[in-house]
Amino acid sequence: MKKLLLASALSVITANAASAEIRVGILHSLTGTMAISETTLRDVMQMLIEQQNAAGGLLGEQIVPVVVDPASDWPLFAERARELLTVNEVDVIFGAWTSVSRKSVLPVLEELNGLMFYPVQYEGEESSRNVFYTGAAPNQQAIPAVDYYLEELGVEVFALLGTDYVYPRTTNRILEQYLLDAGVPQENIFVNYTPFGHSDWSSIVSDVVALGAGGQQVGVISTINGDANVGFYAELAAQGVSADDLPVVAFSVGEEELAGFDTAPLAGHLAAWNYFMSADTPENESFITAWHDFIGDDARPTNDPMEAHYIGFNMWVNAVEAAGTTDVDAVRAAMYGIEVPNLTGGTAVMLPNHHLTKPVLIGEIRADGQFDIISQTEPVPGDAWTDFLPESAVLESDWPGLGCGMYDTATSTCVQIESNY
Amino acid sequence: MIRVFLAALLALCLATAPAPRATAQDAAMGPLQALVQSRADLVADASRRSVGEVLEILIASELPGVPGFLARWQARELYQRQSDGLFVYVQDADATPLTLIDIDTGAVIGTATSREVAQLRPNRGVQTVIGSALVAFQLAAEDPADRLAALAAIDSAPEDIHLALVQDLIAVETDADVLALAEVLLPRLVIAFDRDDADRIAAIESLAGNVSLSARATLNPLLATTTGVATALPEGENIARVLNPGTDIDRDAAYAMLVAQGLAPPLVSRAEQRDILAANVIEGRVAGLPVAQLGTDDARDTAYAALVAQGLAAPAPTAAQIDESLAAHVFFETYREASQAVTDAASATLGGIDTRVAWFRALDLSLDGLSLASIYFLAAIGLAITFGVMGVINMAHGEFIMIGAYTGYVVQTLVPDYTLSIAIAIPLAFAVTFAGGVAMERLVIRWLYHRPLETLLATFGMSIALQQIVRQIFGTQARPLTPPDWLAGSVAINDVVSISSIRIAIFLLGVVFFVALWLTLNRTRLGLEVRAVTQNPKMAASMGINPDRINMLTFGLGSGIAGIAGVAIGLFAQVVPDLGANYIVQSFMTVVVGGVGNIFGTLIGAGMIGGLQKFIEWLNPTNTLAAQTYMILFVILFIQVRPRGIIALRGRAAGD
Amino acid sequence: MSGTIFTRNRSVSIFITVLTLLAIAVTALSEGYGTGALSVSFTKVLGMTLCLCLAALAMDLVWGYCGILSLGHFAFFGLGGYMIGMWLMTARTEQVVRANLSEAVIPPTEGEITAATASQIFSVVGATDWPWMWAASDSLILSLVLVVAVPGLLALVFGWLAFRSRVTGVYLSILTQAMTLALSLYLFQNDTGLRGNNGLSGLQNIPGLETVGQDRISIWFFWGSALALGLAYIGAAWMVSGKFGNIIRGIRDDEQRVRFLGYRVEIYKLFVFTFTGCLCGIAGALYYPQAGIINPDEIAPIASIYLAVWVAIGGRGRLYGAVIGAAAVSLLSTYFTGGRAPNLDLGLFTIDWVDWWPVLLGLGFVLVTLFAPKGLGGLVDLIIRKDRA
Repeated sequence: MKKLLLASALSVITANAASAEIRVGILHSLTGTMAISETTLRDVMQMLIEQQNAAGGLLGEQIVPVVVDPASDWPLFAERARELLTVNEVDVIFGAWTSVSRKSVLPVLEELNGLMFYPVQYEGEESSRNVFYTGAAPNQQAIPAVDYYLEELGVEVFALLGTDYVYPRTTNRILEQYLLDAGVPQENIFVNYTPFGHSDWSSIVSDVVALGAGGQQVGVISTINGDANVGFYAELAAQGVSADDLPVVAFSVGEEELAGFDTAPLAGHLAAWNYFMSADTPENESFITAWHDFIGDDARPTNDPMEAHYIGFNMWVNAVEAAGTTDVDAVRAAMYGIEVPNLTGGTAVMLPNHHLTKPVLIGEIRADGQFDIISQTEPVPGDAWTDFLPESAVLESDWPGLGCGMYDTATSTCVQIESNY
Repeated sequence: MIRVFLAALLALCLATAPAPRATAQDAAMGPLQALVQSRADLVADASRRSVGEVLEILIASELPGVPGFLARWQARELYQRQSDGLFVYVQDADATPLTLIDIDTGAVIGTATSREVAQLRPNRGVQTVIGSALVAFQLAAEDPADRLAALAAIDSAPEDIHLALVQDLIAVETDADVLALAEVLLPRLVIAFDRDDADRIAAIESLAGNVSLSARATLNPLLATTTGVATALPEGENIARVLNPGTDIDRDAAYAMLVAQGLAPPLVSRAEQRDILAANVIEGRVAGLPVAQLGTDDARDTAYAALVAQGLAAPAPTAAQIDESLAAHVFFETYREASQAVTDAASATLGGIDTRVAWFRALDLSLDGLSLASIYFLAAIGLAITFGVMGVINMAHGEFIMIGAYTGYVVQTLVPDYTLSIAIAIPLAFAVTFAGGVAMERLVIRWLYHRPLETLLATFGMSIALQQIVRQIFGTQARPLTPPDWLAGSVAINDVVSISSIRIAIFLLGVVFFVALWLTLNRTRLGLEVRAVTQNPKMAASMGINPDRINMLTFGLGSGIAGIAGVAIGLFAQVVPDLGANYIVQSFMTVVVGGVGNIFGTLIGAGMIGGLQKFIEWLNPTNTLAAQTYMILFVILFIQVRPRGIIALRGRAAGD
Repeated sequence: MSGTIFTRNRSVSIFITVLTLLAIAVTALSEGYGTGALSVSFTKVLGMTLCLCLAALAMDLVWGYCGILSLGHFAFFGLGGYMIGMWLMTARTEQVVRANLSEAVIPPTEGEITAATASQIFSVVGATDWPWMWAASDSLILSLVLVVAVPGLLALVFGWLAFRSRVTGVYLSILTQAMTLALSLYLFQNDTGLRGNNGLSGLQNIPGLETVGQDRISIWFFWGSALALGLAYIGAAWMVSGKFGNIIRGIRDDEQRVRFLGYRVEIYKLFVFTFTGCLCGIAGALYYPQAGIINPDEIAPIASIYLAVWVAIGGRGRLYGAVIGAAAVSLLSTYFTGGRAPNLDLGLFTIDWVDWWPVLLGLGFVLVTLFAPKGLGGLVDLIIRKDRA
């Protein structure tokens, strides 16, 4: 804690120093409901910047982090982003977690031609000129997980459970269409939304268990967010629902979330990510060691959005070096096609649609809160506009080629240059 | 879980069995290794759909090592050496370096680090298929545990060969557990795989009244239907029912079926119409009409009609034509099951089961409602005292709940035994929050008794300060408050009605609180004094009661109860700094709806709100948020009808 | 009449002078029209603060003068924001869609344009159709009417129900809080048509003003907010100075007595409740185009409690008190949570303001309630009395 205080104190002081050096804005909530997830990303960015500075900085300059706190308040994200770009004059921003915070920042970034790296898996249907999406698009997480259900577990009845906000809604809409296309009848798809922090899971779990009465294998696809997972998994455990009877694959539950509870009864349930801490590679081992040294706690897990920042930061550093400047337009031009190692043993490539190629990993929860990686695909290119919804299937994003993030291939026109917020 | 464990046990037995006779080929590849290597990719990257091929070859080989190999493969104890692709077992998966063991001979063949070998992790689907392949071996095994494992494997993936196996097993089985499970499985296998309809119908009828999930899962597939369309009802099919377009089946959907079968011309959507027009633009005109005029639906229809007349586009069916096509065809559902006698028996049996299930579901729903009500009651009962009896609007009430939960968490970090720690936490939480409540009453609230609305502001200030202080001490991360094992499970009457033990405990705690408080307020000296001070503080003071002391104790009592409620709520929800804030509005509504000044009212209020919320959720199960919204709207309207709540009492709390 | 109000209530002329001076100073220092010493983001913060002051003024009328502690006025504020937000989103998106479709081979029908606009706006929540409440969103005039009408109507219906059945005091506070919670939960649902948790975003991009930079737009909104606040202040001062003011103060102090005097207390309360609801709606409609995004979190019950606390801190029952309270608390919050305040190193322990500000704020509420029931406005009394002495 003390170290954190010092670190943020330092950043505030240094933020006001001379403007010669390179500045990196860090826009993650440090208070409020999202602090639970986002504080870690602030820390990992500070670690990466520290490492880069120790290795000689960038273009011969030291990198200075500028940390601000948007306090989980969505309008504040826009306000703080504007401050970062105009008052602190940062060269790049790493930040945001929720979709609504990203949508809040977008117009400011596009107005002021800023550059942001967004590290979290999200619902897609977006490609801004000013944002690089280093988290997974739905085809890099949700679709492969459903394929796994269909192919490997023979699931025939799907329960899509989610928290009521845009990521689960859009993801479930895509999945529903995907399942219908795959021949799963509509009546075999059960959808349920619960509020943030929902704790009364008893009847919902009973309903899902009752789906098994049809004599078909039932599988749960969970986009339940944050704290609500505690109650959900506790209820699964209490009702004795094992992963054999009723597997649950989650898209928002990682090592960090599992740290909060006893995972023994959850062993065998699944999660789909692009990274698991248990990935056995030399890159991951040194990343974890560095992280534990930096944070001073050997028990702290690493997770998927941290890897996304790791990739994003390294890409940005390479792009700046290639461009020889931190100028946003030059860096953006240098970003396309840049290839850096990821932590699971392959490389990530930045695509013209501002998304990455990433392998999709499916992990089974172990009793110790880590994941057994049971399936790992080849790197999948991220798709900004999903192919499974008719209105999005015709859209394409290609910034260097077409100069457009929302290109309608049916009419061969650019729908809009700015984003749809 | 049990199955994996048993499989591991079996693997262990097999591993300790005498190793197969070593042959002269020791240095070379053993026969099993050679066999597995011939399908190395299918083993290393096993998939549910392709693994069957490997299993067939392995079982056909009749090598002695095969059952052990399969069991260990299934249990994820098989490794592959990266350098040469050799499949090996390892001695101790946690050791570094790993000691490698030959799969044929059981001999140690070297060591490797964890990155030099890959652990093969067949997924659950593959594990199930392997388990199924092991069934024949396991059913013949000595150990009843193996036979149970085999039956469990049949349960998760029944196949027609299993029917005979299980029938044979029942004929000779002596172990009671195995026999019981086999007899539960048999009707399922008979219904699914037997060729004699009379046997199947008998098996179906044996399930009458059985509400278990597996019974329903056996019967329902028999009644699965497919929808079809034809000019007349087909002969010789097991027709479930005839569908009437417009009532049983959506007209659009029915027409789409006709189109899909090629029995009617397709509709032309607006978008398709536009695309056809766009494809027929000649020199800025479509069928003579200038393109610039095609910005309305009417103009487009005209242009399209012109194209149709020129034979450049297919005519779209008119409404009359659609009616005609629909009338000319019959839509129907057919059972996939061919035998009508079987489907009739299944539907009769299932009808009976479904009625029983509906009753049990109603019971389950009532239990859920009761459980939710007891949670609301528990959260609100402290407030029923501080707000209801004393009239203090304590916005920090939720924070006392939260502090109680954190007290439980702290105790658990110090006392590792969960039962003991809960036993300590409950009185300690009471003590901590009682002290907090007394301090707050002395320092803040007693100055504000004549300004009730301002206590709202002051306690709100306390609430945000307390929340943030807790956040500073414990961090933003959710903290676990784990129930002891005896509270972790659930009580299940059958597959429909079950309730988790922790909810039963919360319900009982609510009952205990209610009785204790009711007795305290109505049967003790303290209760008498509290009621006296509530009804007329001046008169009470003149009767020798010290109102200051009574107020302090009452407020402390209300806060202390909130602390205990916090421990209970923390056990099933997540312990976070804003835990209490989530309950505060609901708690106030509970007290207000029930009627201020009376814990009996709070009980009824909680029952009404909890029950109502579950009921609305049942009406619209896909949207829990809507249930909460409508519940609050109902409360607002209810207050219009009964402004003083269900049970209205007079007193200083009544606000006038 | 306006002449008399300036003389009858000295605070009006002082307030208007201060507000005018502030507007001139901000303009002179702004990036849009002046030296550029004030950044665009800070100009926006100032403009938004004025809107909050306007909401606090409304809160003071309803609570400080009429004695109704409403914990729901921020819901009206949010509704005003939603009403204007719908127009902003529709108009901007329709422009984009029109420009895109006009390049198609066959000119688009109006139906196609509306359908494409809807699919752009609602794809976020997985819908493609216009929900009913967006019916007026294509007209600026209608939307402006709704900014006042919708919060007003909600206040009217709710107030009529509540006052008719004589729900008062604490009960009313809890009931208004329940109303706010119900509204925010309703808006939170993706099915209800206002884009659920995402809310309405990109509101700072005003349709028709694409070529004008945010530096100017921020100043225009600042002027708009200042104008609204000034007019509302004059109006409120006029309202509370005459007979009407005496009656509502009477209701605050003893409702029964006023009723026995033959006044229809419910009508007066309903009028004040509805009028202040409309004021909050206007404040919200000016606030959210500056904030850029509105979503259901904004109208969570806690926001309305904060509104009451600002008024309490500033001093109830005096109009400038509400304004001072809202301005002071919200500007201090921005200062302490924006990473601007240097951390306080106490040797053993470092006070990080981002973390400790809420504690300070909460304890501040307690202290003000206990020791300064008249709030910061009470200080003004002390100063004035000193002058006179």
